[in-house]
Amino acid sequence: MSGLRILVPVKRVIDYAIKPRINKAQTGVETAGVKHSLNPFDELSIEEAVRLRERKGPIKVEDILALSAGGPKCPDVLRTAMAMGADRAFHIDVPDKGDGGPEPLTIAKMLQAVVKEQNVNLVLLGKQAIDGDQGQTGQMLAGLLGWPQATQASKVDIKDDAGTVEITHEVDGGVETLRAKLPMVITTDLRLNEPRYASLPNIMKAKKKPLEKKTLADLGVEDTRRLKTLKVTEPPPRKGGGKVEDVDGLVSKLKELGAL
Amino acid sequence: MQAPRIPRFLPLKVSRVPRGIRSRSLHARATEFLQSQDPDLSESQRTVREAISKICSDFPDSYWAQIDESHQFPTELYEALARRGWLGICLPQRYGGSELGISEAAVMMQTIAESGAGMTGASSIHMNIFGLEPVAKYGTEEQKDRWLTPLIAGRQRACFGVTEPNTGLDTLQLQATARRSRDGYVLSGQKVWISTAQRADKILILVRTTPRDRVKKPSQGLSLFYTDLQVPEVQITEIPKMGRAAVDTNSLFFDNWHVSMEDRVGEENEGFRMILHGMNAERILIGAEALGLGFAALRRAALYSNNRHVFGRPIGQNQGIQHPLADSWMKLEAARMMIYQAARLYDQGYTGGEYANAGKYLAAEAAFEGCERAILTHGGMGYAKEYHVERYLREVFIPRIAPVSREMILNYIGERVLGLPRSY
Repeated sequence: MSGLRILVPVKRVIDYAIKPRINKAQTGVETAGVKHSLNPFDELSIEEAVRLRERKGPIKVEDILALSAGGPKCPDVLRTAMAMGADRAFHIDVPDKGDGGPEPLTIAKMLQAVVKEQNVNLVLLGKQAIDGDQGQTGQMLAGLLGWPQATQASKVDIKDDAGTVEITHEVDGGVETLRAKLPMVITTDLRLNEPRYASLPNIMKAKKKPLEKKTLADLGVEDTRRLKTLKVTEPPPRKGGGKVEDVDGLVSKLKELGAL
Repeated sequence: MQAPRIPRFLPLKVSRVPRGIRSRSLHARATEFLQSQDPDLSESQRTVREAISKICSDFPDSYWAQIDESHQFPTELYEALARRGWLGICLPQRYGGSELGISEAAVMMQTIAESGAGMTGASSIHMNIFGLEPVAKYGTEEQKDRWLTPLIAGRQRACFGVTEPNTGLDTLQLQATARRSRDGYVLSGQKVWISTAQRADKILILVRTTPRDRVKKPSQGLSLFYTDLQVPEVQITEIPKMGRAAVDTNSLFFDNWHVSMEDRVGEENEGFRMILHGMNAERILIGAEALGLGFAALRRAALYSNNRHVFGRPIGQNQGIQHPLADSWMKLEAARMMIYQAARLYDQGYTGGEYANAGKYLAAEAAFEGCERAILTHGGMGYAKEYHVERYLREVFIPRIAPVSREMILNYIGERVLGLPRSY
């Protein structure tokens, strides 16, 4: 195999440290005036792509393409991705219609088109975005492409220049190691790596890296919705618990509640 | 015929506000940790703010409280910033810097202080940010390569020596001397308030090369050197002080200290002019650090007064608590406007000092008041180290006093802006 051409889709989401609030219309999470940042799982996939290059494994990394679909602020997270080490970026301009953005299937179709157009042979993407928590895009993309997939990777190892990849992922009660051949789709999980903070010189260089703007139409994809969000509500407020004096008190309380 | 039933209470009609006009965000700016919502920030300032926030969020208040207690230099923060190239924010790209302006450096310093690191965090790197500007501007290519490269990479630390115990702010009266020797100079004298000298590899030092009675102009006669500090001829004594215990401040005594010719920066006798060049930038940065501390204190006060319930309500619901904090936000924000205006003007080549001086003054005073109010908001808890605001108050005196006193700023404005006679 000649070289790795990696696609890393990223999403701009509400910062993980912010407590999300539901908007007044109860159609979604309030995003106005709230700090946004790169989806943490996508940070892991960027980091892994950059580490694959730095590890100088059996296959050289030829290109790392970051991509994000969304409104005019998307380039912020693309610059972050390029500051971390992506070579170039695509911003797919999708105007914010206040409906939570395109559905996973639309995104997967869009990615499929980019994979074909850019001759990508590895897609590394976060297992989910922390806003919608849908966790579908990677799997749908693998299905559309007919490629092998490994989800929730905690380790990615390129074994040889024929494109054999071993991926470890955590399952209930242990770890599972999978082997597949490129091209493939890998989704990333928290323990895969620890994403770096970009250095100032790299932040400055990222401003000069190529960022291309495209539309869904350019990629032959239509933003159709198959689902309608009826209502989004906050979880009920937690009710305060009670205190018991001792173990006997606890036992009698549990009996009283019918738990024993 | 039955009259139509009229509900006793008409349901309140919620008026629909068009999207975009509703600008009130759900998250309060002053309580969000290192928010980056300030509407005036440029794109590059915002980038700096966000990147520095990420690094600083690894260093919580507990870290700063602990090193304040143990007098340990914040090496971890210093290295975290050095490793990612931040020490070279204003220095030339050729030597590993990024050549950004004071507008960006000010955001960096404000953000570090605002993270809870206060003057401890800011002072640990302060000298590296702009202190070597005289070298960058007047040094030879060989000197810049020899000095700036290791400084930016964090391999060498620098400190700055101007003030002397007998001259205070009257810099032109400096007494420490450098005598010509066969292959260089021999330095003798003393310096005071030299921060980080315990660990600094190098010092940028201003000393007299021509006696005062023999100079053509009073601003001449002083020369600037950048040289190795940790030598037996220099005695470095730490000064125990009120706050910022983790970053040492010292007295220097030196005699028969040989400094080679290659370590002189620029022309002989022209040192004062070279130092002057960086003074406005220095004030802007210290002012920005003060702002950070003020906003940090305000954040703690606002969060505390919202959570602390007394007499069945959050104490922040009382106007007696709320209004002083609101007043402090306005004062800090007004000072911030001036500091960033001074920074922008500096970057555009403006050389006047009125905004840099006034901005430093206003920022330090607003921060001091903010820190004091934060303690009072906390009541007894504010006096306990656990709540960190007492540490902020001890540190906020630094920007009030240094690098120039409040009184000298007032003198400057009185003389230069109001055209009044010099009072000293």
